[in-house]
Amino acid sequence: MSLPDAPPGYDRELERLEIQLLLEGIYRHYGFDFRSYAFSSLRRRLWKRVHAEGLSNVSELQAQVLHTPAVMERLLLDLSVNVTAMFRDPGFYLAFRQTVVPLLRTYPFIRVWHAGCSTGEEVYSMAILLEEEGLYERTRIYATDINEVVLQKARSRIFPLEKMQEYTQNYLRAGGTRSFSEYYTAGYDGALFQQSLVRNVVFAQHNLATDSSFAEFNVVVCRNVLIYFDRALQNRVLRLFHESLVRFGILALGSKESLSLSHAEELYEALSAKEKIYRRLG
Amino acid sequence: MAAHAGYRVVVVGTSAGGLTALRTLVGALAPGFALPLVVVQHRSRDSELLCELVQECTRLHVSEVVDKMDMQPGRVYLAPPDYHLLLEEGSFALSTEAPVRFSRPSIDVTFASAADTYGAATVGVVLTGANHDGSAGLRRIADGGGHAVVQEPATAEVRVMPAAALAAVPEARVLPLAQIGPHLAHLPHPPLAYWPELPR
Repeated sequence: MSLPDAPPGYDRELERLEIQLLLEGIYRHYGFDFRSYAFSSLRRRLWKRVHAEGLSNVSELQAQVLHTPAVMERLLLDLSVNVTAMFRDPGFYLAFRQTVVPLLRTYPFIRVWHAGCSTGEEVYSMAILLEEEGLYERTRIYATDINEVVLQKARSRIFPLEKMQEYTQNYLRAGGTRSFSEYYTAGYDGALFQQSLVRNVVFAQHNLATDSSFAEFNVVVCRNVLIYFDRALQNRVLRLFHESLVRFGILALGSKESLSLSHAEELYEALSAKEKIYRRLG
Repeated sequence: MAAHAGYRVVVVGTSAGGLTALRTLVGALAPGFALPLVVVQHRSRDSELLCELVQECTRLHVSEVVDKMDMQPGRVYLAPPDYHLLLEEGSFALSTEAPVRFSRPSIDVTFASAADTYGAATVGVVLTGANHDGSAGLRRIADGGGHAVVQEPATAEVRVMPAAALAAVPEARVLPLAQIGPHLAHLPHPPLAYWPELPR
């Protein structure tokens, strides 16, 4: 079944109630707050877990989640992992090189927050870009995600070998100046990326829905994370980013995420409207 | 179609041959068309012209969806490449979850989401295409009491997709391409006052 969902004829009002109760339970028992996630995609992923656990409805999932932490861990993976790639949207990295890198050259020290970094592909991409632009030595990247399991993967520096062809093409289109294969060694269990790429990266757990700002940054990158939130939570997170950026700091969102639908629009100017790269006004 | 307050959204899925079909369908809609028309067209990651090419043939406003954008009647919305498109109550949500049947956007995902959110107020339309995407989603729409429409396979540039949809939903309304637009224009729909205040 390619479409995880309720069985036909399922009572939608009841479903909504069950989902609200589940999310409330998760929040109060585990502290993870999914109550303001976009309902349509959240529902899809909850049903996927209901089916994967061999259950028949969301209430049964609630009992499992509350009594069996391992089920919560699996659900957390469903709810927080999204599929990503190195140099996803090559046009973004190209625009970043052209519009942001010249600004970063003026800073003696650069702090980047990569929020919702998942398994780290885009963190490695940014490290490679900054390395090639001669800026990485004075950069520190704080890469955060809600989920410790994906952070472990990100720290491992190992990525699937079969992806390297796609990533190489992305890299070239993103304006890469070297040979992509310089950055990894092919092994039996995947492509092992160079230790030096993460020498200035700190991977840490952070929850955008509940945690506060933890430093001042020159750049905040948060791509294709806000799409999973409803508008209220999006506005909360955008306030958090605004508080976390230095004056004239850079905010980079996913290419289909726009500040124009939020309360934050007047606080930024667009450096690349197409690639959703913004600069905080004074 | 059942007696109800009217349909509230039309979702259209197409793949190979879709550009010509879309231009015909959308071109047949008059400016007073009273439903949002949401289009999922399979296309490559960096195809950027689709919006302009559809806009050329209609006075309805055509745009590519940005996350959480409002959904308004009389407008045409295109799923952006490389994202799944989901429907919320009155707005859109995007997702970068894995492709379904090798497709992102997936027609099935959008159709199922429309059926889940709008139930019997959903209209699903499957046009020309060379794969089976859309069949399961159209089935879901029909199961939820919505209205299923399939392009007559003989009039499709590529008949595989409408034929598959018809196999999955034999009770679907089958129409030649030229008649789909006029058919949609005559479906019952809520009065404009139903929609929340319309900006611009």
